[in-house]
Amino acid sequence: MAKSSVVTKPRDILGNSALRPDGAHKVQGSFEFTSDLHAENMLWGATLRSPHPYAKIMSIDTSAALALPGVHCIITADDVPGKSTYGLISSDQPVFASDYVRYMGEPVAAVAADHPETCRRALALIVVVYEVLAPLTNPEDAIAGSFDPIHPDGNVIRHQRIVRGDQNISGPIVVEGEYVIGMQDQAFLGLEAALAIPDPDGLGLHLHVATQWLHEDLTQISACLSLPAEKIRLTLGGVGGAFGAREDISLQVHCCLLALKAGRPIKMQYSREESFFGHVHRHPATIFMRHHADANGKIVKIDARFVFDGGAYTSTSPAVLINGITHTQGPYKCDNATVDGYAVRTNNPPCGAMRGFGVVQACFAHESQMDKIAVAVGKSPVEIRLINAMVTGDPLITGQIMESVAPVARCITETDAIPLPALMGETVNELSLPGGSGLTASRSHIVRGIGWGVSMKNLMYSEGFDDFATARCTLKDGVASLKFATSEVGQGFVTLAPQIARSVLGVDEVILEPIDTQIGSAGSTSASRQTWMSGGAVDGACRLVRERLFHHVGKQHSIDPLRLVIDGTDVIDQVGTFRYSVAEASEGIEISETFEHHHRATEELDANGQGNCHTAFAFVAHRAVVDVDPELGLVKVVQIATAQDVGRVLNPLSAIGQLEGGIAQGLGLAVMEEIIMQNGKVRNPSFTDYLLPTALDAPDVVAVMIEEYEPQAPLGAKGIGEPPCISVTPAIVAAIRNAIGKNIERIPVRPQDICL
Amino acid sequence: MSANEFYSLHVNGKTMPVQDSWVGESLLYVLRERLGLPGTKGACEQGECGSCTVLMNGNAVCACLVMAATAVNSEIVTVEGITSESTLTDVQQSFVEEGAVQCGFCTPGLIVAVHHLLEKNPQPSEFEVKEAISGNICRCTGYGRVFAAVEATIRSRNEVK
Amino acid sequence: MTVIVAKELTTALTALREHADARLIQGGTDLMVEINFNHVKPTTMISLRDIDSLRTIRRDQPGMLSIGSGVPYSIIEEEPVLSDIPALSQAARTVGSPQIRAAGSLGGNLGTCSPAGDTLPVMFALDAMIHLNTLDSSRVVSIHDFMTGVKRSVRQHDEIITSIDFPIVKGWQGYSKVGVRNAMVISVASTCLVADHENATVRIALGSVGPTIIRCREAEAWLKANHDLSAGASISLDIAGEFGKRAAAESSPIDDHRSTAAYRRHAISVLASRLLRKAYQ
Repeated sequence: MAKSSVVTKPRDILGNSALRPDGAHKVQGSFEFTSDLHAENMLWGATLRSPHPYAKIMSIDTSAALALPGVHCIITADDVPGKSTYGLISSDQPVFASDYVRYMGEPVAAVAADHPETCRRALALIVVVYEVLAPLTNPEDAIAGSFDPIHPDGNVIRHQRIVRGDQNISGPIVVEGEYVIGMQDQAFLGLEAALAIPDPDGLGLHLHVATQWLHEDLTQISACLSLPAEKIRLTLGGVGGAFGAREDISLQVHCCLLALKAGRPIKMQYSREESFFGHVHRHPATIFMRHHADANGKIVKIDARFVFDGGAYTSTSPAVLINGITHTQGPYKCDNATVDGYAVRTNNPPCGAMRGFGVVQACFAHESQMDKIAVAVGKSPVEIRLINAMVTGDPLITGQIMESVAPVARCITETDAIPLPALMGETVNELSLPGGSGLTASRSHIVRGIGWGVSMKNLMYSEGFDDFATARCTLKDGVASLKFATSEVGQGFVTLAPQIARSVLGVDEVILEPIDTQIGSAGSTSASRQTWMSGGAVDGACRLVRERLFHHVGKQHSIDPLRLVIDGTDVIDQVGTFRYSVAEASEGIEISETFEHHHRATEELDANGQGNCHTAFAFVAHRAVVDVDPELGLVKVVQIATAQDVGRVLNPLSAIGQLEGGIAQGLGLAVMEEIIMQNGKVRNPSFTDYLLPTALDAPDVVAVMIEEYEPQAPLGAKGIGEPPCISVTPAIVAAIRNAIGKNIERIPVRPQDICL
Repeated sequence: MSANEFYSLHVNGKTMPVQDSWVGESLLYVLRERLGLPGTKGACEQGECGSCTVLMNGNAVCACLVMAATAVNSEIVTVEGITSESTLTDVQQSFVEEGAVQCGFCTPGLIVAVHHLLEKNPQPSEFEVKEAISGNICRCTGYGRVFAAVEATIRSRNEVK
Repeated sequence: MTVIVAKELTTALTALREHADARLIQGGTDLMVEINFNHVKPTTMISLRDIDSLRTIRRDQPGMLSIGSGVPYSIIEEEPVLSDIPALSQAARTVGSPQIRAAGSLGGNLGTCSPAGDTLPVMFALDAMIHLNTLDSSRVVSIHDFMTGVKRSVRQHDEIITSIDFPIVKGWQGYSKVGVRNAMVISVASTCLVADHENATVRIALGSVGPTIIRCREAEAWLKANHDLSAGASISLDIAGEFGKRAAAESSPIDDHRSTAAYRRHAISVLASRLLRKAYQ
């Protein structure tokens, strides 16, 4: 029956489910991703990569490749005019390897040619003579100093201790474990791509690129090209997901160099296989933890040792390490701790940012430990976590006081209140059992398990980094126009920014200007920071514009501007009857303001790991229900219940999308996703063998948003991107343990870990 | 047909000449780089992600695994040809309204796969929906909103009846 | 490079004979991956996509279903194969994604001849016969003789696989495949079991646990020698367990990035045992 009621669409202000402005283009296939860009007279670029994890380059001969018809130029390390290295924290990664290659897949040369196939053939004709060396692949060898430095900067990237409280205290309960986390890939769908267009004078260029941080790219590119930053313009091309993998430079410098050398536009795009070699991954880690607890299960002390394998180059390893070790305690009170953490260099692929950034690894360890304490004292997973739950005002093991709203107990109890899924009936669709279409099991083979995970995650940047975001708002004739350099990677900042402008300014129409480097930095789309940081910048810019609008209106109508407020789409006098639409009020004028939002200052850690190093925190609880086939070791995640501390929901539809998407990635790490290494070589650089969750692996997600306004946050909202993927992984593993009654300390959990 | 020879494909109801091509090219490459139809996306080159899903003689297939020159006798429909209207289809509308789109890279493939599913099976069970899109990897949404969009489409079609 | 799009089998066979370098392409789901990944650079391609005669399912003789080498898996998932050769339908449903199943075919599985080919264990368990044609001759080869090693078969360059004959067996049959994901996954280990009630035998074949598909003749013989396998017989858990162990003992799996030999062998014993129990439930 057709309904005839008239629904008035709510205005797309904060709190409402505004729809993506790019949604229609994306469903029609007309949204322009970076890989869809073309330019007149364009050539294709491609990269030659090392087949060896560690080798000395004896010679590179490009002559045969250059002679191939259709090849325009080939570049190597000799063609880098500026700085020969780049890097986010430490500039230790060569643009092209010149003396040594330090990981399988390291770039050695790049070619520009008329067709991707010509590029492939040219790459095959470049002759590189290597002296193959035995690779350093065991992080413990890097720590022990038993292997010669594989890089002038040494084999230990960073070592940091945390020493707090009574170092000798213990309790009646002591549990420990050594937890191993495999290497996960971000596996965004839209592969790395860029289009570099040289200026006609050859003295500068315009780079369209899929990245998380335009300005940081610009800084690094400019140094390598030896071109002043003002000669290089970066525009964000459509980005098909990021999850951390686009924070580091990949093809940016190569593409620019080829464009300048060829004097023609160059398009580069990676294949899936190349993408596995072309970007950093989540750090594999080994974490030892020993928890001391009292007879009730209250944590007394934690001893821990973290080893993060950073791979061949630094990337963000130092920051990942700090995130990991400072989250040793998880969302629980802890007064005493001894933590030793290493990020080391090996000949494995470089590792860096991925959603969760070091906390994913820590959380798997501390949550596995919480369950061990629970068993030791005879309490349930929920009870043990509630007993230890942190509250606002608690000191962390770094000495920093938890100043964020910390509804840890509420996250747990509200998750616990979510109904469990119905028990499996006697007759089931066998295709929906673990093993799926493989029809490996009948109902009687399946056991159900329930497990818990709770996490704390720092938001924004840490350790004294002056983090800020910039935005400009221009109001003219009732239309607001917003300019920022915030990377839209799919998270929905392009939906949120207009919501902010509508809420603050009372406008309906909001224009988004191109996202490029023609304004100050917005910082990276990472660390759950853009809603807070760029949201704060847009909010700040809109508020400045509103103030000037009120002055303008006040002057025109002789009303004290302080009495004016926005009501819907009108300017009104709070104490009078004056009402004037924003459209009329701004007619014929143009007000433009730029605002930089900085978060509060943070500090570096001292030698004992003490210091106010983090900006803010968010919390989340996950409860997993899994079906397991214990004999075959196959798993199906049935339901994930979650309650997440979000501060305030700004867009319910976007928020649930972040929660569900993060949960799927955490599920992947729990049971299937791993880059498999063998003596420094990647064994599975493809979607045939690096398995991502499909629609048939997706659990039912039941989510509760816990809204406790965060006073520190410009919009009251915490970042929500990372928490969903953090504690869901230990929750799923705990559920598997619960189903089979066996301890498992490694992720991803493989079938043989369950049944053999 | 030899290298660089001219051939034609039937795409979205039109006959489209393909010139100067290397005949090892996949249908995905030809659609995107030669025929000006970049709506079909590539993300794995081996049929494991579904981003390049197109209809070929009414079947949903991965364009990356079709050698374009072998498709000369086939009717091909891409996301650009899924409707002749300028407005969104009900499936597309539901994807936007239910939040099934984030980065959007998998979206064109999913749109084609869902249209194909509902064409063949207008009242799919929840399991049938999941199985039908199990070849379309989405890394952003975790599929929850995608299921919601398919359900919303079926619901609205049932209401119209 | 040349592409020949054949509409008739004879066109393809003629071209095959004329071009010593020619590669055949049907659905493209294997070969295009090789081309996209730059592993092969074919110079002459012969497309079988448009040859209707390879896309038919025929019942030429009683008790036999003849499936054209180009019939896509999506058709094999459905009737009449679903009722006549249910294990083949089940195997077809585990191949890749729906998109792959709309393109891939038995001819491709045989042409590639990977031990992980999903439908090959069904052919081995059912003693399928492979029809091969050249321009001027034809032969029928048992699947057991057809596959000779990892990605190796007795198919000659000028031969095209035209159809596969499957006997319609009275009794239960099933196919199970282990992968680490609930859909779209390459087989880590697979098993097809056919209970032939008329002959009171059980036949079992294993995939992904050896260089070729493995037919467990010894386990089959042990079972027949020691247990009643006619319709209505019952199989105890112990017997099924022993049968599973014996089947696994005939496998020769390896460690690779997809799994370990130990797990594969274990999985085979579980799958074989479960399938046998199901067959005599």
